[in-house]
Amino acid sequence: MKGLVAVSASLILVACEMAGVGEGEGMESPYPLPLDAPERFSFGQDASEDRISLWDIDVRPDGEGLPQGSGTVQEGEAVYRTHCLVCHGPTGTEGPYHVLVGTAPWEEWPGSRTIGGYWPYATTLYDFIRRAMPQLTPGILTADETYAVVAYLLHLNGVVRDDALMDAEALPAVIMPARDRFVADDRRGGAEVR
Amino acid sequence: MDRSKLSRRTWLATTSGVIAAGLLRTQADAVRLEAQETPEGLRDPSKVPGRPTSEVGARAPGEQPRRLVRNQNLSSSSRTPLQDLNGTITPADLHFERHHAGVPDIVAEDHELLIHGIVDRPMVFRMADLKRYPCVSQTYFLECSGNGGGAYSRDRMPTDITVQALDGLLSTSEWTGVPLSWVLREVGVRPGASWMLAEGGDAALMSRSVPLDKAMDDALLAYGQNGEAIRPEQGYPLRLFLPGWEGNISVKWLRRLEITDRPTMTRDETSKYTDPLRGGAARQFSFVMDAKSVITFPSYPYALPDRGWWEIKGLAWTGRGRITRIEVSTDGGRSWADAQLQRPVLSKSTVRFRHLWEWNGGEALVLSRATDETGYIQPTVHELWDVRGERTSYHQNHQRAWKVASTGEVTFGLGDLV
Repeated sequence: MKGLVAVSASLILVACEMAGVGEGEGMESPYPLPLDAPERFSFGQDASEDRISLWDIDVRPDGEGLPQGSGTVQEGEAVYRTHCLVCHGPTGTEGPYHVLVGTAPWEEWPGSRTIGGYWPYATTLYDFIRRAMPQLTPGILTADETYAVVAYLLHLNGVVRDDALMDAEALPAVIMPARDRFVADDRRGGAEVR
Repeated sequence: MDRSKLSRRTWLATTSGVIAAGLLRTQADAVRLEAQETPEGLRDPSKVPGRPTSEVGARAPGEQPRRLVRNQNLSSSSRTPLQDLNGTITPADLHFERHHAGVPDIVAEDHELLIHGIVDRPMVFRMADLKRYPCVSQTYFLECSGNGGGAYSRDRMPTDITVQALDGLLSTSEWTGVPLSWVLREVGVRPGASWMLAEGGDAALMSRSVPLDKAMDDALLAYGQNGEAIRPEQGYPLRLFLPGWEGNISVKWLRRLEITDRPTMTRDETSKYTDPLRGGAARQFSFVMDAKSVITFPSYPYALPDRGWWEIKGLAWTGRGRITRIEVSTDGGRSWADAQLQRPVLSKSTVRFRHLWEWNGGEALVLSRATDETGYIQPTVHELWDVRGERTSYHQNHQRAWKVASTGEVTFGLGDLV
């Protein structure tokens, strides 16, 4: 009980200390704007469409953001052998870095979070490879090469046939085996452990 | 520690500094000074002038805490030496690292932040622009959600692991920056917006989707850390900082924010940083770090040299606000006593706790458990296994245990409880 009393006292103290900077409960923001702040400071420049398109590279599950171009499984095998094999192995299962290929569900771990076993969206492959791969030369692949290697990886994982072609229409239509297994975080604090 | 050796090293460093400053001119002087010793055989620093002022300080030669570096991969981590630190603030050069394609070299003057998407006025900000906005400074913890995963598997419960190796992906800093809500006000977020893609300027263009509610709440565009510019390993010159949330989403080297109406489903919020659960589902967007505490002393590989009074010390934190209570057990969780919390207890920051313990020389199993202001009590590993299964990854905030043998040797003791 002694500890509890001490803690309560410290909380009151802290609450008083913090009230001045707006950390109190019920405040809209923990950082209230200075009272005299204008409606806009206007520090910074307007961004043109060209400026935005230079960096706007993300790809979403509905296909938004996918560029023009296309690639086949067969073309992707060549891309894979040139750019990916050294880190991910001849069949995507050997490593030494991330194991990419596998269809076993994660209940059968310990294993790796393979594309076929764990990735919920095929578009994520395009997004990630375009931004981060190959690790030593990121950004080196063309749109066609990226579509191709995505097609090849999907085929290695048993998701598409060996004659598949990926483009801005085909890729978002791919249903990944793990797509419906993800659930939103249901932890809310409080006494219940989740 | 060999005190005479340490003191000789300190003394030699001191002497060479003095020589460099030109205050002592001859080797003979140094030799004469070397002869001056206290009766106990210790060097007496009061019998030689000290070093002059310097532009940048350095740690004492005998105090050289180090991050723990696992490997030299481009995607890797290093861990904060929690056992070597006092209080709650982590020296910036010891803040843990986790990056996915190395630390980029960025010149602040060239760095830009682009904000676009569902906004009235897409804008580009340079660092000078961002620093001209009013700013705030707040102390917050940052923890990688992979922290502590080394003590979750029933089959691989270690005994010879340090608190640094197990839980060193935790650091605390005073962060300075402009509240993101103030900058989003400038660009005018339009109705219908609900998410925001945050992207770094590293070689991975590391990116995460952030609910807009968080962006408008306590998110910072941070450029300061413990009074100086953010270190390159922590995101220089600009990082997103989302208090209380898993470290990965506080995107470093921030260069783009796109206001959206749905999550982008990037690699790091689908194939990584998601939590497989019992039954085949996987928890996604598990942002908040639940309450947790770790004991930093006594911990492996320390050995208590004798019985008697020792202070059990540790750190506790919660992403849901403030820690309200820390309890300590020395009998494996059969009985608990309240530890003292060092005030002030800050929201979404670490708090230092202490508990005075008279060790009677017998075997002991020392645990701590945290309670936060929502009433959440740091669970046992069995409680986490029950609700999540044993093969989940990330967010392993269960109680840890240190085993003190009758010899005084300390090992990681959670294995004794499973």
